[in-house]
Amino acid sequence: MSDAVAPGPGRLRRIGARLAKVRARRIVPLAILAPIVLAGCQVPDFGAFKGATSQGQDAYKLWQGFFIAGIVVGGFVFLLILWAVFRYRRRNEAVPRQTQYRPVIEILYTVVPILIVAGLFVFTVITENEVDAVPNSQVTIDVTAFQWGWQFYYPATGKVVIGQTLDQPQMVLPINRDVTIHLESADVVHGFYVPEFNFSRYAQPGYVNVFNFNVLHTGVYRGQCTQLCGLYHSLMLFSVKAVTPAQFDAWVHQTSGHHATIGQLKQQIRANGPGA
Amino acid sequence: MRIEALVLIGVAIFFGIVGAVYWFTSYEDGGTMMLVGTCLLGLLPGSYYYWWHRRMGDRPEDRPDATVEDGAGEIATFPGSSIWPFVLGMGAFMLVLAFAFGMWFFFPAVGLILTALVGVTAESRRGGHV
Amino acid sequence: MTDLINPPLTGNGAHGTSVIDIIEHREHAEHGPTGILKWLTSTDHKVIGMSYMITSLVLFYMAGIMALVMRLQLATPNSSLVSFAQYNELFTMHGSLMLYLFAGPFAFGGLANYIVPLQVGAPDMAFPRLNALSYWLYLSGSITMMMGFLVAGGAASFGWVAYAPLSNATNSPGAGGDIWIMALVLTGFSAIFTGVNLVATIFYLRAPGLTMFRMPIFTWNMLVTAILILIAFPVLTAALVMLFCDRHFGTHIYSVQGGGSPILWQNLFWFFGHPEVYILALPYFGIVTEVIPVFSRKPVFGYKGMVFATLSIAALSTGVWAHHMFTTGLVLLPFFSLLSLLIAVPTGIKFFNWIGTMWRGEIQFSTAMLFSIGFLFAFLMGGVTGVMLASPPIDFFTHDTYFVVAHFHQVLFGTAVFAGFAGLYYWYPKFFGRTLREHLGKWHFWLMFIGFWVTFMPQYIVGLLGMPRRVAVYPSYLGWQSYNIISTVGAFIIAASFAVLLWNLWISWRKPVVCGDNPWDAHTLEWFTTSPPPHHNYSHLPPIRSERPTWDYNHPEAPAVGHGEGREPHRRDKVTVGQ
Repeated sequence: MSDAVAPGPGRLRRIGARLAKVRARRIVPLAILAPIVLAGCQVPDFGAFKGATSQGQDAYKLWQGFFIAGIVVGGFVFLLILWAVFRYRRRNEAVPRQTQYRPVIEILYTVVPILIVAGLFVFTVITENEVDAVPNSQVTIDVTAFQWGWQFYYPATGKVVIGQTLDQPQMVLPINRDVTIHLESADVVHGFYVPEFNFSRYAQPGYVNVFNFNVLHTGVYRGQCTQLCGLYHSLMLFSVKAVTPAQFDAWVHQTSGHHATIGQLKQQIRANGPGA
Repeated sequence: MRIEALVLIGVAIFFGIVGAVYWFTSYEDGGTMMLVGTCLLGLLPGSYYYWWHRRMGDRPEDRPDATVEDGAGEIATFPGSSIWPFVLGMGAFMLVLAFAFGMWFFFPAVGLILTALVGVTAESRRGGHV
Repeated sequence: MTDLINPPLTGNGAHGTSVIDIIEHREHAEHGPTGILKWLTSTDHKVIGMSYMITSLVLFYMAGIMALVMRLQLATPNSSLVSFAQYNELFTMHGSLMLYLFAGPFAFGGLANYIVPLQVGAPDMAFPRLNALSYWLYLSGSITMMMGFLVAGGAASFGWVAYAPLSNATNSPGAGGDIWIMALVLTGFSAIFTGVNLVATIFYLRAPGLTMFRMPIFTWNMLVTAILILIAFPVLTAALVMLFCDRHFGTHIYSVQGGGSPILWQNLFWFFGHPEVYILALPYFGIVTEVIPVFSRKPVFGYKGMVFATLSIAALSTGVWAHHMFTTGLVLLPFFSLLSLLIAVPTGIKFFNWIGTMWRGEIQFSTAMLFSIGFLFAFLMGGVTGVMLASPPIDFFTHDTYFVVAHFHQVLFGTAVFAGFAGLYYWYPKFFGRTLREHLGKWHFWLMFIGFWVTFMPQYIVGLLGMPRRVAVYPSYLGWQSYNIISTVGAFIIAASFAVLLWNLWISWRKPVVCGDNPWDAHTLEWFTTSPPPHHNYSHLPPIRSERPTWDYNHPEAPAVGHGEGREPHRRDKVTVGQ
């Protein structure tokens, strides 16, 4: 390279590289500070539900943390790629320096990700234990999924709610109470999913999944089967109605009257198609 | 052969460790069986290659300073063309169709497979292309 | 034929004198059959590799058309374009075709078959007839899979994962499911045979001086992929045979009623399924690692680190199968979460290797390079959301929603499609001695790049809003339609880009642009021979003293250096400039 006087391409390149180094030095502390600074002000929801249960809110906070980490790490790599692509586009036919190894950088980009992953893992385990905890509760509901509907059974009073596809059943819950759900399937694997609770769990044949909800606000939340379960998987809907404990007690003590069994509903839908 | 052997022995060591950790944290038998199986899958060929490496030392492709002349000589016999893989493949095709559609596919399938096996063996004994 | 084979004369080096004819073999092909009989009987890895590529591309287009039908169905909330049953068949076959019959076979059946023997300086694969058998099993498996649409009751409709007990004879009666199982048994054996063949070729047929740590990264990745195939595919085949027994011979391996365990299917399937994801990804990482150095005119940055990163990705990938089963409530969450998160580390290393390779290079934006850069962005996005999904509490509310659909499409589209077509544009001159049209290639790239983001980004949002995957209809009052319409528009932009590719293939075939043996000034051994390579590949080999023998031969003045090596002249230059 004959850049004796004028700042030729080689010199520009060195300046660019130095700039890049400065940028890297600035970004690293930013990456560490960003979550702390952002925690002080209002963190956006990044598209997720804030969580209508206490468990859902824990998951939501973890989601925010992961999303910020994702923006910082992903953004850093994104800018690096962009910089490399634009800065080092071909200008002449010269053969550049054939650098192949820089041990310090290589060690750096191995160790730093390990540390980030370790941090993410710690927060994951903490949240996971909160979400999966099943403390003693006042209300228990046995949920049975079947093709293609749901049955909600309240063992304390024997109350049953059942429905299929477009005649979707509604589960009623008290707010501010720990509610334990026993989830099982009568046939194939289904997915019990309430988007606003930030939670889903498989309903499986032969195995009962147990988990808790502590709903914070009254309201009606939609739910749906997420795991492919056959022909009318798309229509396997339900809803969750959260009411005050007094309303719940009144509701759960009303007798449920005559209702079809799971077997009858399955026969009905196979014969007549989906619908009420 | 050293690196080749070590890659496979590495597979064995890694899955040995992961399998042990998995068993003692979950006591789940299905996953543990598969991890142990994977460990053996690395161990058997890996130790065999390592044994060969100890016996025969470095081949020209293992030595960084080897020249093309070091590898001179016949590498192997490569058949230029052969109809038998096609026949064998069609036999296997019919065999699985027998499982899906019914047993009438079974007899042509066995016929094709046997013909191909005889054919390919004879071809190899004659030394390559027929 | 041998008079056509000359050592490339582009080199200005003195090393070029020691090329020696090393291959003594029996020449059969010149007297062998021609025409269709040649295709049926050929055991040449190049013919087989080309057959694999053409077959898998045809299947790719078919699966793409299925995707378009599904996107049209989802453009309106309660669409009745296809029925529920047809929709279930469509996504099952789309997934099966793309994953089992396109992405894998295109890489380890097509490109690897063609390129690996060339990159290691071998005359053919180690077992040429086994190689031919692999292809016939793959082709018959593909035909079997497509037969599903012809039988009464339709094709398989239980998803590409075929969860038990949905896939048993009660819940999925009919021949469609059996055909699906049998198609996968055939292609499974095809993959296992190819895996064996690749390992043997790489272990036993390398050229003198081509030590393991001088192999091109593509070959390294294919070796690791082959080992993963040998770990994963036997498990799948065994699981499928047991599923078939459950369906027809009255066993109860996966059914609760007979004392079996449905979760066993998920364990077996994902023990195959997660390595399978890397069986689909690693070859494409390899392609990108060939393309980026060539068009940056630099060696692979951190070559050895990259090899170890590949090995650790492969190792970790076999210990994370249950992260697909977080919501079963039956798996050890911290164990699988930690191993899944850890995969981000070697993947990150690869990213920095690719960036480091481009750093201070001279990047030429050929079509292949554009596709590789597109891959970097696509895979970065897919990788970041992948880290989120590795955390069980986040997976709980994104599992089986469109968030996951968007994630794995970005990963797999990023690898198999972006990197796959980078490989096609890069090696097309090797296959035919002609180039594809570069300007059409750029149209192809930009349409696909735009279509890719337009299609998959809205799916993340609609997934977070709670839209489950594999639904044929969705309620109209939830505000999901606008996202789905954007996604559908994106899908058609991608389809347009593949129309451009077809036109490009056609016009480049009819009006060839001849380009010589080594149009890219490439690095690895396959560019040392003629394009297309002669029967049995090489009559001469260059001395192999690094992982870039062809580059060393053509540029003896520019060997790869470590940091600090050979810096003196630069330092002195700098001082002169300062004064």
